[in-house]
Amino acid sequence: MSILVDKNSKIVVQGITGSEGMFHAQQCILYGTQVVAGVTPGKGGQKMDEVPVFNTVADAVATTGANVSLIFVPPPFAADAIMEAVDAGIELVVCITEGIPTLDMLKVKAFMKGKKARMIGPNCPGIITPDAAKVGIMPGFIHKAGKVGVISRSGTLTYEAVKQLTERGLGQSTCIGIGGDPIIGSRFIDLLELFEADPDTEAVVMIGEIGGSAEEEAARFVSDKMTKPVIGFIAGQTAPPGRRMGHAGAIIAGGKGTAAEKMAAMTQAGIHVVKSPADIGATVVKALA
Amino acid sequence: MKIHEYQAKALLQEAGVSVPQGVPVFDLDQVEAAVNELGGGTVVVKAQIHAGGRGKGGGVKVVNGLAEAKQVAGEILGMQLVTHQTGPEGKKVQRLLIEEGMDIKKEYYFGIVVDRSRECPVIMASTEGGMEIEKVAAETPEKIIKEFIDPALGLQSFQATKIAYGLGFTGKVVRQASALFMNLYKVFVAQDCSMVEINPLVETGDGRVLALDAKVNFDDNAAYRHKNVWPELRDLDEEEPLEIEASKFGLNYIKLDGEVGCMVNGAGLAMATMDIIKLAGAEPANFLDVGGSANAEAVANAFRIILSDANVKAVLVNIFGGIVRCDRIANGIIEATKMVDIKVPLVVRLEGTNAEEAARILEDSGIEMTVARGLADAAEKVVASFK
Repeated sequence: MSILVDKNSKIVVQGITGSEGMFHAQQCILYGTQVVAGVTPGKGGQKMDEVPVFNTVADAVATTGANVSLIFVPPPFAADAIMEAVDAGIELVVCITEGIPTLDMLKVKAFMKGKKARMIGPNCPGIITPDAAKVGIMPGFIHKAGKVGVISRSGTLTYEAVKQLTERGLGQSTCIGIGGDPIIGSRFIDLLELFEADPDTEAVVMIGEIGGSAEEEAARFVSDKMTKPVIGFIAGQTAPPGRRMGHAGAIIAGGKGTAAEKMAAMTQAGIHVVKSPADIGATVVKALA
Repeated sequence: MKIHEYQAKALLQEAGVSVPQGVPVFDLDQVEAAVNELGGGTVVVKAQIHAGGRGKGGGVKVVNGLAEAKQVAGEILGMQLVTHQTGPEGKKVQRLLIEEGMDIKKEYYFGIVVDRSRECPVIMASTEGGMEIEKVAAETPEKIIKEFIDPALGLQSFQATKIAYGLGFTGKVVRQASALFMNLYKVFVAQDCSMVEINPLVETGDGRVLALDAKVNFDDNAAYRHKNVWPELRDLDEEEPLEIEASKFGLNYIKLDGEVGCMVNGAGLAMATMDIIKLAGAEPANFLDVGGSANAEAVANAFRIILSDANVKAVLVNIFGGIVRCDRIANGIIEATKMVDIKVPLVVRLEGTNAEEAARILEDSGIEMTVARGLADAAEKVVASFK
């Protein structure tokens, strides 16, 4: 079992004829993911390898029954692409694009209110359910099917955590990169809830970073609702205030959003907080023992 | 991206927001013309740097007449202004704003930012003008009026009016204040701001409402739709020279005060690498995200920038090769070490696809470096290399 994506997920790749979109669509297919359609306006009727390309997401959904969208559209057009997918009835929208203006994302979130679609990203590596479906840009081979859920605001740091789990024989149920932007589709709490309800997830790793208060919200949720062990790490313990650390959302603003605050809130909520990113795997082993 | 007060005020004025009459000055020769243009009486000389707390640091002075204006401008222009936001070394003042003096009846705070957890813009306003909003929020949160804005609809008139009454404006001034708030929100949206802060907003003795100060920050992600305006507003003197250099090569570099240079791919892993260096007993010299491909050219440029910092005593390269194979990255690093003269200890840790082969390539290369396996090992080795 898993959350969000599995062997039955049918993926439509928006921006499939661009270099990024094409390369990663091929990688997803190689992993065994069902990529059933691509969308590039003006290129409808063409094919990318064996994948049919459509002009609109609505066409792709009507013809192929796609229910998950993976977006590689450049920033100026990405917000529109997300809304198009939602409007076409896509259940899960995964947006990889980095650099979408914040005000555009606010409009997207307002547009999605009351609609059933769920969104992951933007500025994220995507989602993978090992041995079932890879909907993103992560290296598939470091993963192993198993019972630990992973939620992270980062890309390569997620790979680091996954590798530590796999090395210790702990597989993953589903790994989700939720993205490094200030406004994102799904936050820690949304996914913690899904992992708590997933019978085959036994523990969850959450990797946060400085900026915002999503980790504090998550801590409250864990303390109130979670029965499964949660292991946490916060990147940016040494980050200076007022500077954006690569990710648009990773900034200590007005003294708020520090790693120390987040780690304190998480520890208080009973989350196993590690100071060193090298200790994530070992701590999961201990928490499950 | 940050801009100066005088630039922010020009943007506000264009959008119909009242600001004091003022003239930017870059050279002492320009002071006389500026003071004359403002009528020659009481003027305010304001240092223009990208940091708050300028008044307390001695960078804002009210003066009478041309002679005093010249003298004070001479003192402030070129001074090393130290505020709580500049760090102890301060910031050199290279621009001034000379403004007409104001008969201030009352000061207020008004700011617009994005509320990340509610996912909408929020206006915060307070009668505690001149104070930092963080301080007001911590000590007297009941004095902050908050108005959340529907991002699809924008600020509505009734909301602006509510804020005006909430701040205690009365009579005809209410309409003036609420119109000003509407215009400030227009600027926030039209300019893709991450913050518009007016502190203080003032009411004058003759019943006018003006933005006495203005701090405007832009959302860097929106730079592509402001190509005509933003580049002109950028002041390179306000930025760290090494960071400007790095940005030319598309590298995300932030200079810090420690001694271990780091080169990492991915922002989260880069922060985590800084953290683990600290846990191993040293301080990171920088944040650097070298990007996904980490090819020879990017690595060579990253080495050059890291090593331009004289405090760097050792360098740690930590790369998680995902789609890009580690053996390729290893060859890139070897290429890069031929392009740049590295005189400090170098520790390299490559993880991911073909990591073992990559470690062998590095070890057999004959280049002086320590190959580490694992994050903790890498941090310990780099700290041990110079301690």
